[in-house]
Amino acid sequence: MNPHNTTGEMEPDTGTDWFGLAARYAAPIFLVGLVLVFALLQPNFLHPLNLLNVLRQVSISGLIAIGMTFVILTAGIDLSVGSLVALAGLVGAYVFKGGLDNRFAIGAEAVTGNPVIYAVLAAIAVGIIGGALQGLAITRLKVPPFVVTLGGLSVFRGAALLFSGGGPISGFRPEYTWWGQGRIGIVPVPVIMFFLAAAIAHIVLKHTRFGMHVYAVGGNSAASDLNGVNTRRVTFMVYVIVGFCCGLAAFLLSARLNSAEAVAGMGLELDVIAAVVIGGTSLFGGVGSIFGTVVGALLIGVLRNGLVLMNVSSFVQQIVIGLILIAAVAFDQYAASRSRA
Amino acid sequence: MMNILELNGITKNFGGIHALSGVDLNLEAGQVLGLMGDNGAGKSTLIKIIAGSFPPTSGTISLSGKPVNFARPREARDAGIEVVHQDLALCDNLTASMNVFLGREIVRKIGPFRFLNRTAMNEQAAELFADLKSETRPKDLVRQMSGGQRQAVAIARTRLSQPNIVIMDEPTAAISVRQVAEVLDLIRRLQRAGLAVILISHRMPDVFSVCDRVVVLRRGTKVADKPVTETSPEEVTGLITGAIETA
Repeated sequence: MNPHNTTGEMEPDTGTDWFGLAARYAAPIFLVGLVLVFALLQPNFLHPLNLLNVLRQVSISGLIAIGMTFVILTAGIDLSVGSLVALAGLVGAYVFKGGLDNRFAIGAEAVTGNPVIYAVLAAIAVGIIGGALQGLAITRLKVPPFVVTLGGLSVFRGAALLFSGGGPISGFRPEYTWWGQGRIGIVPVPVIMFFLAAAIAHIVLKHTRFGMHVYAVGGNSAASDLNGVNTRRVTFMVYVIVGFCCGLAAFLLSARLNSAEAVAGMGLELDVIAAVVIGGTSLFGGVGSIFGTVVGALLIGVLRNGLVLMNVSSFVQQIVIGLILIAAVAFDQYAASRSRA
Repeated sequence: MMNILELNGITKNFGGIHALSGVDLNLEAGQVLGLMGDNGAGKSTLIKIIAGSFPPTSGTISLSGKPVNFARPREARDAGIEVVHQDLALCDNLTASMNVFLGREIVRKIGPFRFLNRTAMNEQAAELFADLKSETRPKDLVRQMSGGQRQAVAIARTRLSQPNIVIMDEPTAAISVRQVAEVLDLIRRLQRAGLAVILISHRMPDVFSVCDRVVVLRRGTKVADKPVTETSPEEVTGLITGAIETA
C-alpha cells in the first residue's frame, strides 16, 4: 500500500514516472534526509529522550494541523487557530479553577473548582462553537474563508484578552497538568493524543462517506452539489472539526505550560498551515492526506530541534521554516501544472 | 407504444422573455431523440424543465402516462431521469469508481459506524464500464483520463439507478474524433438497453448517425419533429437558422 497516495487509491501504471514518484514522497524523503544529517552532525539528536521531545513539541500544533487538513482539503483555510486556542484554554482553565478568584492559587488553596473533565469539555465546546460560527459565516453569508478566519483571528484574541483581563490563569493541580506534562510509559500524553487523533482522522477521511465528500468538495464543489453531496454541510463541518482540535490542543497546551494566557498560540497558524502544506496537501483543495500532515509536522519539529542542537539562532529558524513553506507550495504548483499537461 | 415521456404545451417565461412557447414532445423507450437549435433557441431551458431544475410556467409533463411535478433535480433523478451535464460534473481528484458513486456511496455497517465499501463500489463500477464496453478502470484517477473515458464515467453514473431517460447535453462538443465514436457507441448501447435518450448536439453527423428522430427548436417554438430518415442535414440546418420556416 502506498502510504502517501493522496486519495487512497491505486494509480495506473503508465511506466515509471520518476518525477511523480519523487513528488509524492518529497516530504518523507526530506524528513529522512534531515534526520540523517542531524544525526551525523549532532550525535545527541538520536537520543530517545530528544526524539520524544521533538514529538512533544510538535504534538500541539500537529493536533491542530490534523483539523486544518480537513479545511484545506476543501480548498479553505483557517487563520484563527492561534487565537481560538488562547480563548478555549482560558475558558477551560477558568472552569477548572471555578472562577477568577483564585486564578493564581496553587496547592491546597486551589482545591475549590471543577473536575478536569469539565475543563476539557469547556475548552472543546469553545473550540467547536468558534469553528461553527466561522463555518456559518462561510456557508451562509458566503464570505471567503480567508476573510472570515482573519476576522476570527482578531475577534477570538480580543475575546481572550477581554475574558482574562489580560492576565494569565495559572497554577493547576497535578490531575490537570498531567495531560500536558505526564507520560504513559515513556511517551508524553500530548504525543499519544496527537497520534490517536491522526489515526481517527485518517479513518474518517479515507473510509467514510463524509471523508469522501471532503475530497469531492475540494475537487469540484459544483459537481459535488449536482451529484447530491450536501456541500454546505461538509464545508461547515470541517470548520467545526478544526475548532474541536483547537479546543483539545488548548487544554493540552495550558496543562503543559501550567498556565492559560490570552497571548497563548500567537503565530501558531504558521506552524499549523506549514505542516499541512509541507505534508503535500494542496491549497487548491482535493489532494492531501493525514499521513502527509503528520510527516509535515514532524519535519518542522525535527528542523527546529536540530537547529537548536546545532546552536543556530531561533531567528534563523523562522527564516528557514518560512522559506521551506514557500518552496513546498512552489513545488505543489509545479507538480500540478505538470499533471495537467 | 406508450410514451415514456410526454410534454404538452410547455411554456416558460423569464420575466418578459418567452424562452419556450407551447412545446409538445413525446419520447418512446429505446428511442434516441436529437434536440437541435441555435444558441438561445430554448434547448437548455427545455432540458432543465425535464430534469427538475425549474418548473414550466404552464404545460404538463407525464412519465409513462402519469403527470409529474419536479421541485428539484433530485426528484427527477428519483423518477428515473438522469442527466449527463455538459461539463460532466466530475471530480478530477477522485477515482472513476468514486465519481460514479458520488452522493450514492455503498457503505458497510460496523457497529454504530458506516464505512465506505470500496471493494463493492470498484467491482460494480467495473461491471458498468464493461457493460459500456469502455476501457475505463475503476481505480484510475479521472484527472488522468481521456475525454472519452470521462464521458464513460459520467454515463456509467446514470446507470446506477436504472433510469428510463438519459439526457446528454453536448457530450461530443469538446473531445477528439476518435473519442466521439466512443461516445456515440455508448449512446447506442443505452438505446439497446431499452432506455430513451435525449441528445443535445450541434454536430450534425452525430445526430444523423445515432438519433431516430430530430427535433428542432427556434426562438422557443418547435419547428420540426421528424424521423432522421425523412430529413437531411441541409434541411435541419435551414430549420435551425430559419431559412426554412417549418417542416
